[in-house]
Amino acid sequence: MRHNRDEKRFDRRPGHLKSMLSNMTNDLVISGRIKTTIPKAKVLRRFAERMITLGKDGTLAARRRAMAFMRSKEAVTKLFVEVAPQYKERNGGYTRILKLGVRPGDNASMAFIELVEGAATVAQAAEKAKAKKAPAKPRAKAPAKKAASTAPAREKAPKAIAKKEPVEKKPRKTATKARSGT
Amino acid sequence: MPNPKKRHSRCKRMQRRSHDALTTPAVSTCPQCGEAKRPHYVCPSCGTYRGKTVIKKDEAL
Repeated sequence: MRHNRDEKRFDRRPGHLKSMLSNMTNDLVISGRIKTTIPKAKVLRRFAERMITLGKDGTLAARRRAMAFMRSKEAVTKLFVEVAPQYKERNGGYTRILKLGVRPGDNASMAFIELVEGAATVAQAAEKAKAKKAPAKPRAKAPAKKAASTAPAREKAPKAIAKKEPVEKKPRKTATKARSGT
Repeated sequence: MPNPKKRHSRCKRMQRRSHDALTTPAVSTCPQCGEAKRPHYVCPSCGTYRGKTVIKKDEAL
């Protein structure tokens, strides 16, 4: 009997489940943000944050334990060198889940799961994608202008928010532009 | 073959259906674009959540 056990298996046998979770952890570390279903995101959160905690430890033993789960040198190196140090001051809560609505086809509820400090990483990845697709530029300019023109119309929002936005938006805007090309 | 012996009354039928009601989905307004959206979800029309642009959505597309 499996009364009151809290693990979710997603109809996978243990090996499959384990590799799925470790693959997703790697993807999350490398891309900074991945899109998946809400239940998977919620389970992934547990494992991904465990890995980041190991990364904060930073010892060789921790690195080996992370390697045992993630099985990717590239991801573990990035985790220990780039990602984990950003979370020095944060005790848990390294990831954020943003609900996106429902997937056409199977009506599965989707979500982004992202590293809280990973905005830069996401922007970087977008920048790369942008570099690959150079002709995306002329197209990207128009929406940016439009956004500016529609902004004053929305000024009902309290000033604090209005002031905050431009600062926070900038790194994201590049991401926005790059994606319009894909 | 087993078969119903008697037709159910209107009352029985309605009693059975008393649990079939649909609930109205929760809807809130996006503070950024004013469109209707699901609470706690990224706004599907402008791609923002809690004042931050989360995804894609160039309004021109």
